[in-house]
Amino acid sequence: MQGNRVIGEAAIRAGCRFYAGYPITPQNELTEYMADNMRRAKNGTFIQAESEIAAINMVLGAAAAGARAMTSSSSPGISLKQEGISSLAADELPAVIVNIMRGGPGLGNILPSQGDYFQATRGGGHGDYRTIVLAPASVQELADLTMDAFDLADRYRNPVLILADGMMGQMSEPVEFSEPAPRQYPESYVLNGRGKGKSRFIRGLILDAIRMEEHNWKLYRKYQVITQKEVRFETFWTDDAEILIVAYGTAARIAKGAIKRSREMGIPVGLIRPITLWPFPMEVIRSFAERVDNFLVFEMNTGQMVEDVQLALGGIGKVQFYGRPGGVIPTPAELAKVIAHHARKK
Amino acid sequence: MIRKTIFAGFGGQGVLMMGYIYAHAVMNEGYHVTYLPSYGVEVRGGTANCTVAVSDEEIASPIASEPDYLVVMNKPSLYTYQNRLAPQGSIFLNSSIIDTKPTRKDVNIHDVPVGEMAGRLGNPRVQNIVMMGSFIKKTGLITPESFLKGLKQILGEKKKSAMEINRKAFAAGYNLEI
Repeated sequence: MQGNRVIGEAAIRAGCRFYAGYPITPQNELTEYMADNMRRAKNGTFIQAESEIAAINMVLGAAAAGARAMTSSSSPGISLKQEGISSLAADELPAVIVNIMRGGPGLGNILPSQGDYFQATRGGGHGDYRTIVLAPASVQELADLTMDAFDLADRYRNPVLILADGMMGQMSEPVEFSEPAPRQYPESYVLNGRGKGKSRFIRGLILDAIRMEEHNWKLYRKYQVITQKEVRFETFWTDDAEILIVAYGTAARIAKGAIKRSREMGIPVGLIRPITLWPFPMEVIRSFAERVDNFLVFEMNTGQMVEDVQLALGGIGKVQFYGRPGGVIPTPAELAKVIAHHARKK
Repeated sequence: MIRKTIFAGFGGQGVLMMGYIYAHAVMNEGYHVTYLPSYGVEVRGGTANCTVAVSDEEIASPIASEPDYLVVMNKPSLYTYQNRLAPQGSIFLNSSIIDTKPTRKDVNIHDVPVGEMAGRLGNPRVQNIVMMGSFIKKTGLITPESFLKGLKQILGEKKKSAMEINRKAFAAGYNLEI
């Protein structure tokens, strides 16, 4: 099944009952899938919005009213949604936002790229906030992480971003859908009429400085909990590795192929694959630095996650970077050459 | 083991369908498989291509920089992809409309006159399935039964009637001596 469609199917199975989107390549099949399939979901709503901005704000409204809500787009469209994402974070509303990245900046092109790492992991919109960022590396993981994204969004009442690229969205692979856990989201957060209970309100505009500061610290504490509890990563062939590649998503897949080739040539290389880009596996990378002093960060951009790796290592060890931006997808053979060169230099 | 195939031709020739059915069929046989279509501004009459990678282990890249097999349904695709083909690889060529020979001398070339063959069956739309008959026979990775099962799954219940002509088309390609 195609990656884009898998996201749609996983979302519906996870109980997503509101989707609003605006077409953009390379994620169109997701919007199309939701248009076709949301009707078979009980009380499901699909809206093709008049713009990306409208779509994210519709999602905000649906989330406030208690629906599991999702929107999707690709890089330029995600830029347009940032104000809404910032509002979701301020209002502490759960929502899932899918970014099937393409080449940029600007309109760029429609090919797979990882140029939106900074935007995704640094909040993207204005203000002091964070979004949880999940980076799948296979179609199966698109399914699993989409389901998890809704749970994480509910648990922390925070927007969750799925960050994949055009290759993940367009590629088809075999997939199995797991059984989603029942939703746990307290009714007291939902704006559906207070009845005889206490008034409920959701507010992002807090004019008083002290109260705004309180809200900021409250969000901060929540982000601290997420940082402690929700880090996810995969290691591949790290046990005896003397060189460690750090890569995520499509780049991590290519890295695995390159590592297999390098191992055949006797180069002891392994992979750390962050699955959550925020929270970033800082501690994990730092703990590897006790044994390994040679890191190679590989991204399909000119160097973004490499800054987080440097931050994690705090000056220990050597960090090199190899990147191909603009929609170029390097082959495992190409990366294996880079690894060999890197191993010789050591 | 990893086998990568590029399917290429005009939009409307069923190029993506060939790859998608093939991917489905190998999935049913338990292989790891990726299917990656071109997704640009392709329109009917423009160019279309897709890549299918099949392996008995995890597939690192779904892109084929050096495919083992090339299925070309039109002349521009032959020019575009023949130089990428791995040495000793195979080209399956729609000889009904491709009137030139590949320049590569280190590869196997299979001419399949899919236009004439589909014409004899009375339906030009099954040219792609004729081609797949020859492809499945020569590559030998999966059985014809597997392919037909995959085809049936893709066509679905709605297009049951289409199955008969497709089965004939597949058999014609499979039984062709090339």
